[in-house]
Amino acid sequence: MNTFFLFVDLFLGFLVLGCLYRVVLGPTTIDRMIAVSAIGTKTLVILILIGFIFGRVEMFVDICTVYALLNFLGTLAATKYFEEKGKC
Amino acid sequence: MLTMINLNLPANDICAVILIISGLFFFFTSTLGLLRFPDLYSRMHATGKGDTLAVLLITSGAIIHHGLNLNSAKLSLIALFIFIANPTATHAIGRAAYRCGIKPWLRNCKTTDSGEPQK
Repeated sequence: MNTFFLFVDLFLGFLVLGCLYRVVLGPTTIDRMIAVSAIGTKTLVILILIGFIFGRVEMFVDICTVYALLNFLGTLAATKYFEEKGKC
Repeated sequence: MLTMINLNLPANDICAVILIISGLFFFFTSTLGLLRFPDLYSRMHATGKGDTLAVLLITSGAIIHHGLNLNSAKLSLIALFIFIANPTATHAIGRAAYRCGIKPWLRNCKTTDSGEPQK
């Protein structure tokens, strides 16, 4: 089961590389924000599965909670900034 | 990849593997949409729903693999938070894009890199 989790993490890492293409070459700033939010969601799942691989679920679940909160708040702060600015 | 998995798994691990693989499928399709769709709003349409469903599926697979204790309760709280927060973030991004004046993509007109439609 640990090998399966390791392969799932590897696949998610390749998907993060695909999202990173949109972060680097995205036409507008909002595109980059969407891609960064998607990368944060994938990192959440990677952290949960790494907790299962290392056998320390109780530690990594708390890290995941904080990561989800920070990802959400960062996205909301950036959108608030661009709304007030009116152009991007 | 199937040869890597030991095939005499217990029943809850088989359910967890099925749920996690379906979650990976939704992650793959949302990334494909993020890379291939022509417009900001359609890219948001791909990631906002696909990622939410994928996180829900993979978290429930992890709960089934782990059994019921405090950690799986925290995992279900993460799933509930993502279920509420991810569509909210997508809605906020879409509103910011609309207030920034980015026009949506139409079928018969090309858009420039800054999102303005041109004939």
